[in-house]
Amino acid sequence: MITRRNMLALGAAAFVAPLAMPNILRAQGSAGRVVIVGGGFGGATAAKYIKRRNPDIDVTLIEAQERFYTCPFSNLYLGGLREFESIGHSYEELTGEYGVNLVTALAEDVDGDAHTVTLSNGETVEYDKLILSPGIDINWGALEGYDEAAAELAPHAWKAGAQTQLLRRQLEEMEDGGLFVLSAPADPFRCPPGPYERVSLVAHYFKEHKPNSKILILDSKDAFSKQGLFTAGWQSLYGDTIEWVGLSDDGRVVRVDAEALEVETEFGMVHRANVLNVVPPQKAGFIAERAGVTNEGGWVPIKASTFESRQVADIHVIGDAAIASPMPKSGFCANTQGKVAAAAIVASLAGNEAPAASWTNTCYSLIGPDYGISVVGVYEAVDDEVVQVEGSGGVSPADADADFRLREAQYAVGWYDAIANDTWGTVPA
Amino acid sequence: MFSKHFRRGVVVAAMLAAFAGPASALSEDEVSVLAGTCANCHGTDGRSPGAIPAIAGQDYDILREQLLAFKAGEVEGATIMTRHATGYTDEELDALARYFSEIEP
Ligand SMILES: Cc1cc2nc3c(=O)[nH]c(=O)nc-3n(C[C@H](O)[C@H](O)[C@H](O)COP(=O)(O)OP(=O)(O)OC[C@H]3O[C@@H](n4cnc5c(N)ncnc54)[C@H](O)[C@@H]3O)c2cc1C
Ligand code: HEC
Repeated sequence: MITRRNMLALGAAAFVAPLAMPNILRAQGSAGRVVIVGGGFGGATAAKYIKRRNPDIDVTLIEAQERFYTCPFSNLYLGGLREFESIGHSYEELTGEYGVNLVTALAEDVDGDAHTVTLSNGETVEYDKLILSPGIDINWGALEGYDEAAAELAPHAWKAGAQTQLLRRQLEEMEDGGLFVLSAPADPFRCPPGPYERVSLVAHYFKEHKPNSKILILDSKDAFSKQGLFTAGWQSLYGDTIEWVGLSDDGRVVRVDAEALEVETEFGMVHRANVLNVVPPQKAGFIAERAGVTNEGGWVPIKASTFESRQVADIHVIGDAAIASPMPKSGFCANTQGKVAAAAIVASLAGNEAPAASWTNTCYSLIGPDYGISVVGVYEAVDDEVVQVEGSGGVSPADADADFRLREAQYAVGWYDAIANDTWGTVPA
Repeated sequence: MFSKHFRRGVVVAAMLAAFAGPASALSEDEVSVLAGTCANCHGTDGRSPGAIPAIAGQDYDILREQLLAFKAGEVEGATIMTRHATGYTDEELDALARYFSEIEP
């Protein structure tokens, strides 16, 4: 008789040692071919978790860059709390330990009927299942005056890399007493608390090195993520250094003059900055549009339980590119979506139904090096839509003491180490 | 499609009928999907590389007690686990405790 105990033990053996799982019914090499575009939070996680579930599936990861720099913790670099290299990750665990085929190239086109992806190196790759996790592209043209040339003067730094380093240089070169202006976009955009964490850590840098400098946030929204906690934290750490102007108070930037470092708001106010950071409107990475999976807003409608496109079969889209609201566009969500898509694809290739989906989000934000706050949600699929599990989640308590904020700051670092390890195998320094 | 909670309820009933004893309605795959969300903070398989406690290979009863206590809001000083544990049924927390207890630390 099958008792609960030995049933669970059998199951446990399978997940403790997934690499040793016997694949009795599968002939070598016939388990299926999965191609993944994008080796960021979503794509790298999906690659690893497909291989963990079934090492016989052939997994090819197409990533444009040799090394991945995370947006998470790039604000710590901007605030002078980290070296840039500490947010860089490589693909050695995926290729070495998990046997993922890595192709360093740009995916240029997708033919959903033929099930092929065309690469910048001239190759064409065939797939049974395709995962797109291309992150965001800047929606150039959506904000007057803000194009690629303007971003070299007024960086967005919303994809980590040269843009982030440029912004850091500008902050370092700014005279004490200068004004840092950040223009924040309307929803939806990558990392809802990101702009507010950024100004916090820039304020920390100013406090230590340029104490007469000020910060102005011009916002295209009337409310933002963890607003009460941020506002209280700013007051307690930085006094009146940071001013926030919302949509209703004429905060929406409608035109950028990057040469003059000026922005103009909806009702004609012109603000001049010493350092200007424009977080512009965004859309899904271009390959999603090429694959025919985007909607008119530039984002990708998906079926929640598998993250398969609602428009093209056998293409799963995860991470920032997907419309997964109420889940925010976070690296944390991209990682958990990668795991759900991996489980669904492995099941489907074996002719099985996808297991029930479950996702989590936590966005830790640092207001200062010893002052962390967080927002949590646990999500499930109901009728193929994402919904937050009732009663789950919420933000850090408003009345927490300094020790609580300190521990959240320490756990934020613990989270970064854990997710970088889970996604790319990076061992913390 | 039904929610995972609803579907699970149906399966529980079926299994209770079959084995006439308490049975976990969660398949291995389902538990591993739930557990995947913990890895973002506790490390792959619960083997933490950093400041958040490791949970791999801990005693099942202790893990289960801890998770239920987090859910009930009874762990003094907890920063975040109450907000996570409230996202799972008691049965799911039990299955998660079992899952992590059976992983090599
Ligand atoms: C300042 C800032 C702070 C943030 N902080 C946090 C945080 O604290 N916590 C959190 O959870 N999230 C945070 N985020 C959000 C997080 O960065 C994103 O949500 C996450 O990166 C999304 O993952 P993804 O897989 O969708 O895309 P990405 O991680 O951006 O990965 C996309 C990858 O695809 C590659 N790619 C794109 N197109 C192609 C193509 N055609 N061919 C080949 N390769 C391609 C890119 O090179 C890139 O490597 C932050 C974001 C910002 C901007
Ligand atoms: C956002 C990060 C995060 C996620 C996600 C998370 N945890 Fe935790 N966990 C923590 C932190 C931080 C603590 C320390 C207690 C606290 O401050 O809440 C902790 C404590 C624990 C403990 C007690 C460990 C001990 O030795 O005291 C257990 C058990 C646990 N978590 C299980 C889980 C399980 C199971 C999941 C997935 C359902 C999970 N956690 C998801 C951050 C997380």
